[in-house]
This record gives sequence, C-alpha cells and structure tokens, in this order.
Amino acid sequence: MSMEEFHEIFFEEADELIEAMESELLEMVFDTDNPDRINNVFRAAHSIKGGSATFGFSEIAETTHVMETLMNCVRDGEIKVTRDLIDLLLSSVDCVKDMLGSAKAGQPADADRAGETKTSLEAFLQAASGDAGDTVTGTAEGADPEPGPQAAAPEQPAAAEPVTQPADTGALPVALREYVIDFHPALELFKTGNDPLHILRALRDLGELEVEVDADSLPALEAFEPDNLYLSWKLRLQTESDPDVVLEAFDWVEDVCSIDLHEIEHRDTVSDPEPETVAQAPVEAAAESAAGAEPAAPESVARAPARSERRATPTEPTSIRVGIDKIDMLINLVGELVITQSMLGEMGENIETCDLEKLREGFLQLERHTRELQENVMKIRMVPISNVFNRMPRMVHDLTAKLGKKLDLVMRGEHTELDKTVMERIGDPLVHLVRNAVDHGIETPDVRLAAGKPERGTLELCAYHANGDVVIEIHDDGAGINRDRVLEKARAKGLVAPEHTLSDQEIHQLIFHPGFSTAEAVSDVSGRGVGMDVVKQNILELGGHVDIASEAGRGSTFTIRLPLTLAIVDGQLLRVGGQVYIIPLVSILESIQLQEANLRSIADRSQLYRIRGEYVPVVALTELFNIPVPDTGRTRDQLLVLVESGQGKIGLLVDDLLAQQQVVIKSLESNYRPVAGVSGATILGDGRVALILDIPGLLRMARRQGEFDTAGTLRVSGPRAA
Amino acid sequence: MPHILVVDDSSSMREMVTYTLKSAGHSVKSAPDGAEALKIAGDDAEDFDLVITDINMPVMDGITLIKELRSLKRYTYRPILVLSTESSAETKTAGKTAGATGWIVKPFDPDQLLGVVGKVLPH
Repeated sequence: MSMEEFHEIFFEEADELIEAMESELLEMVFDTDNPDRINNVFRAAHSIKGGSATFGFSEIAETTHVMETLMNCVRDGEIKVTRDLIDLLLSSVDCVKDMLGSAKAGQPADADRAGETKTSLEAFLQAASGDAGDTVTGTAEGADPEPGPQAAAPEQPAAAEPVTQPADTGALPVALREYVIDFHPALELFKTGNDPLHILRALRDLGELEVEVDADSLPALEAFEPDNLYLSWKLRLQTESDPDVVLEAFDWVEDVCSIDLHEIEHRDTVSDPEPETVAQAPVEAAAESAAGAEPAAPESVARAPARSERRATPTEPTSIRVGIDKIDMLINLVGELVITQSMLGEMGENIETCDLEKLREGFLQLERHTRELQENVMKIRMVPISNVFNRMPRMVHDLTAKLGKKLDLVMRGEHTELDKTVMERIGDPLVHLVRNAVDHGIETPDVRLAAGKPERGTLELCAYHANGDVVIEIHDDGAGINRDRVLEKARAKGLVAPEHTLSDQEIHQLIFHPGFSTAEAVSDVSGRGVGMDVVKQNILELGGHVDIASEAGRGSTFTIRLPLTLAIVDGQLLRVGGQVYIIPLVSILESIQLQEANLRSIADRSQLYRIRGEYVPVVALTELFNIPVPDTGRTRDQLLVLVESGQGKIGLLVDDLLAQQQVVIKSLESNYRPVAGVSGATILGDGRVALILDIPGLLRMARRQGEFDTAGTLRVSGPRAA
Repeated sequence: MPHILVVDDSSSMREMVTYTLKSAGHSVKSAPDGAEALKIAGDDAEDFDLVITDINMPVMDGITLIKELRSLKRYTYRPILVLSTESSAETKTAGKTAGATGWIVKPFDPDQLLGVVGKVLPH
C-alpha cells in the first residue's frame, strides 16, 4: 500500500462528499432550516478538510476549512441560510471539485481561483458575523503546528516552523539541564486511560531520571479504592531538553494533575529565554503562538510543485468500491464450488462404483454454483445509478434559474445498480435528455398557469430493474411532443414521404433523427437539434433501447432500457454456410422468409429488399465473410434477419436461425486483431468459437458497398419483434 | 498482539490508520461512527487494548463514544486516543472530561501515530 493508493481512496471519498454537499445544498434551497442538512454539509467540508490536510493537499484544506467555519456559524444560528449563501457555497464546491481534479492529475491547483473563493467565503463570514471572521484569518487549523502530540513523537511533520528536536541532536554539544518536578496526579487519573508509568517512561527517554514516590496519601486498607491513584512523585531529571519538551510528557494529564517544574541553575547553562519556573504550559497559548507564526500560505505554494514532480505520470484511478457483502458472497460461493469440485473429484476416482444419480446431482450443483458465481462476479462491477443521477439536481437548478422556469426534480431508484461502464456511458445521454425535458418539455410558469397546470413543473427520474434490464424513465409533466408539428417538420425536411401515415410512436421517434429539431428559437441550452440522434445512438451502442410516450399538454416519458452488463449479451445464433455467428438479440427487428420477388439488385453487388413499402439494404453474410456455399445455394431457402442500429437498418441473409442464448463476450481485438463487422467472439457450449457480429459496423460496410442512402427512405422502427 | 479499534467516518482516514497500525503488527478493527464502534466494543469476543476515535462523526460523535466506553466495565481504564482535526481548547476539555487519554491532531504522520500508540499500550 503506497501513499498514492491512500490518495486514491481519499479522492473517491472526497468526490462522494462533494457530491453529497452539492445535493444537500440544492435541497437547502427549499428546506432552509433543516439542521440535518446543515450538519451534513458541515461534516462533508470537515471531512474533506481533514483528509486533504493529512494527504498534503493544503489548498483544498484551506478552502474547505473556511467552508467548514462558515457552516459552523450556520449551525450555531449565527448565519442564516440564504440563496446567496447557497450560491456561494455551491461555487466553492465547484472550486474544490476542480482542485481535487488538479490534485488527481498531479497538477498544482489554480491558486488564483482558490484564493478568490477563499476571499469571498471569508468576506461573507465577516459580513454575516462580525467576530466570527477572526477565526478564519489563520490558516486551516489542520495545517497548524499543534503542540499536542509532540510529547510522544518529537517528529512533527506538518509544523511550518522548525521545531527543536530534542532527542536526536546528539551532534551538537548541548549542556545538560537539571529539573525537579513535583507530580501530583489526580485521584481518578486511571479513568482517563492514562498511566503515570507511561509518563515516567517518557521522561526517562529524555535523560537520566530519578524517581521518588510519595505514598503518604495511601488510605487505610478498608478505605482503599483500587481504582484510585493515591501516589505522587518527586522527579529529578537530567536532560538536554527544554522545559516545554519535558512538560510535553504531561500534556494529556496537565489539567487533572498538579505539576511543578523547577530548573536547577548550575554551571554555565545554555542561554535560555524560558523563565525558571514554567507553569502548566497552557495549550491555548502555545497554539496561539503557533498560529501567530503565519505559516501555511507560503509553505503551501512551495509544496505544490514538489508533489507534481513526484507524480510525474498521472494515471486516472480506475478503482471501484465494492461492498464487503459482495466480497463475502463471492468467498462463500467459491467455498461451495470447492466443496462440489472435491465431491465430483472423489466420484471420478471411483467412477465404476459411483452412483450415477449422485453424479448427475453433483453436476447440477456445479452448474448452479458456477452460474451464481458468475452472477456475483458481475455484481462487483455494478454501481448504483445515483452516480449519474447526482449530477442532475445541480444541472436542473442552474438550468431553471437560467430559463426562468420552476421545477421540482424527483428521483427514485437511485440505488438501482448497473455496470460501471454502462453507467459511465449513459451519463451524457441522460444529461441530454434531462436538459431537453427542462428546455423543451417544461413550460414557463405563466404558460403553465394559463394551461391550468400548477406553476411548478415536475421532472421525474426513475430507475429500476425489469426482466434482466435496467430501465430508466425520464418523465416530465410539460407540454408533451406536438405530433402535428413534428410530422409537419419531418415532411418539410423530406424525412417522411407525404403519403405515409405514421403511428404516434413512429412520430415520436422522429425527434431522434439526425438534424431534427422543432424548437422555435434555438436556445443555448439544448443546442441545435444535435444531440438527440447521438443520444439514441449511444443507447443503441450500449445494447439498449429508448422509447417515447407523450401526450400533448400532459408531458412526455422517455424510457431507456439498458443491459445490466456489457460482458454478457443475449445472442441469437445464426447459421451461415457451415459457420455459426451470433447477433445481439436486442438488435433484431424481425426475421422473415426471403421472397425472391422482393429482392432488387442494384449496381453489381448491392441488393435491396422491399418490405412493407420500404427498401432495406441486404448483406449476404456468405459473401461478406467468404464462406463457401454448396452449389445448390438457392436464395429461396434463406432467411432475412432485419436488424437495426443507430444509423438505420439492414437485412442479413442467413441460412438458419439456431438457439438464443446468453454469450460471454471475448474481445477479438485483444486476443487477435480488430476485424471489420465483428465485435467479438465467444465460445459455444460445444467448444467451438463463434464470432459476434457488429451491427453498426455491418451497416457501415453495406453503405460503402452500395450507393444508396437509407436515410432517404426513413421509416421509423416499431416495437421490436424479438 | 495488541488489538486496536479505529473509529473514523472518513474511509481514507480509517484505512490509513488501520494500515499504519497493522504494519506495526497490531491487530485492528474499524468502525465508521461511534454507535457502530460501541456495538463492536460491546461484543464479548472483542477485547481492545486501545481505542482511537475521531470526534466529528455522524450518528454518534467521538465525545459521546468516549463517555459510553468509560461506562463499560472493560473500557473504564483502557486508553482512548482522540485523532481529530479538532484542536480547540473547548473540545479538548470536553474530550478529557469525557475520559480521553490523549489527543492527536490531524494531519498526522504514521511514525508519530505509532509513537503515541506505543506509549499508551501496556508494555
């Protein structure tokens, strides 16, 4: 475990805290006086401060320290929660986020911005509560040199000023000093877990120690309480250390004990500014003088570049946090598997005498455990969708403010888990859909009131598992999709032939078409109709699917279905010549018996198939992959499998449809090399390798092959046939 | 082998302290808040020679934890160290009144932590 690994843990934790802080602040807009929220924000700032100070990110520690101080005043009721305060804290959160980003990359933080943020926080603090400002003029207290623990460890790493190092300055000839200490501990010293023995040992470590015990206070046996400390000591210590170093041994007990220290003047003592008798070394005074030394600012500047040097090659941390219950489950399952394996092994050794029924049972058990193990291993990569959902409140907050809309964001099912990669890749499409809903869906308050709706709109984000998929719904109660306007525009753009009549679902899908936008004024929020097509494409690339339900005046619902994982796909096995190929089940629209009459050849090799008035390019897999076909190869017996990707559809000519099964995707690229039209490979139950076809890739190949443009004959897919 | 309970709501801090202590040959358990710590400490199978706790934590803070531990027979005299960014005289007094043995102010250095731990553990 290196320091870098702790850094990664810290970064992950800080990211979570920052997110929590952000969402609490956003809730605070409507829920101003909730002490839990205030406390949560306080604690998040506090924790980031503590961690960043420990791991040496002093700029972050300083900024979060002021945030913490500010929140502490809020907690104490000295400062009221206002929109200004929330906005200031939100922008500070952004600043800390960026500083964390720089720290992760091994870069120095943007000192100007950090300084500005800190200054505005301090200004706010000063303005809001006159004297609270004093406390922030110092630096992050975490970075202050603190005298507390020095007693035990003379090394004080964070101290900004050089501390006299008593123990190992042996090189310099330092005169011995002699102290006499009267040590009267409190009767109940043991109850703080302290032990005078420890103190005596600490003193012994400083030099020559003479100990004289005073047992006069010992009561008669019948009055004796074994838990009490009745003894006191007179100590004589010869050491090179300063009085304050000696007193540090009593640091933890000084306020419950009486300690009298005298230095015995003899020979030529080293010049010592300390008075002869040092009183009980008040911690406060020491802390004050330390703070007065004005340390952290210049020091932190000097420290930052040093750190970036050390991390010359910044690597993006790609760790994943896994709940202990998941790990325990795996350990448990592996245990079961080992038991089953040894059971089967034993049977294998006595194969002649073994009970077949038992053997079969054993294999069933093996199968069950293997499957469970696989499922649970998959779960390791599963993370809650809240990672994406958490980005929404801030965005909606900023957007509504900008657009003058009023909106409640409701999120449900944040704990729904999905694959980490799927989650990362669904983030941007989701953000886009939410932006779109706020921008185009939700009306302005006056329009809503005029339509007899509540002034505040509602945007609902909801995630759940259904049939082995993850479903995400984005529902708004806004204006809905104006089907006539969409159709009109699509016709105007020539996307839909005038004679076509389309179902509602088909019309809704038009908004995913490249270049389509019905927004009357192009706003800088949702852009110029770029995006919705990309959204759909991204979802399809993840093996997902998006549906729209919308009612004019009542709102729209976008429903996204995503696979739980990218490592396994529900596949349809196809026979092409003597080969078996696999296509993702989700990409199949329908499979039909080929009718020769509907097949049109254009140019040399390209073929189109006419189905319900639409022409679809046809790819003969035998030709594409050069598969030898027996000469009887009559197209009449072939099947056409219609598949869809983000850019359109194609028909695949195959010989037969075989089974549907879950296949584990193995990368062809890392095991062999990339092959056009193939996205990966898998191993079938009989041990053969089968290639998994890459539908978007095949589509691109088909396009290059022929001159046709499928977009010209756009017809929108209905519900999928599979 | 000394058995130590580490209580901190920050997982990075918990892991760092745990790692530091384990590398010095101690056996370590950890808890994210006072309530959880109290539950672990209340387990008869666990017998901690030392408790190291943060102050500012959700559910149950460190001061309350110290008070609760001191009311348990087993932990009345055991050393309890505070490891916190809190260093105000006020909080320290509250901590000591509750029964804290000593105070380590974050940020800390692993060697420093081990030094302090070595002093309070029974020899």
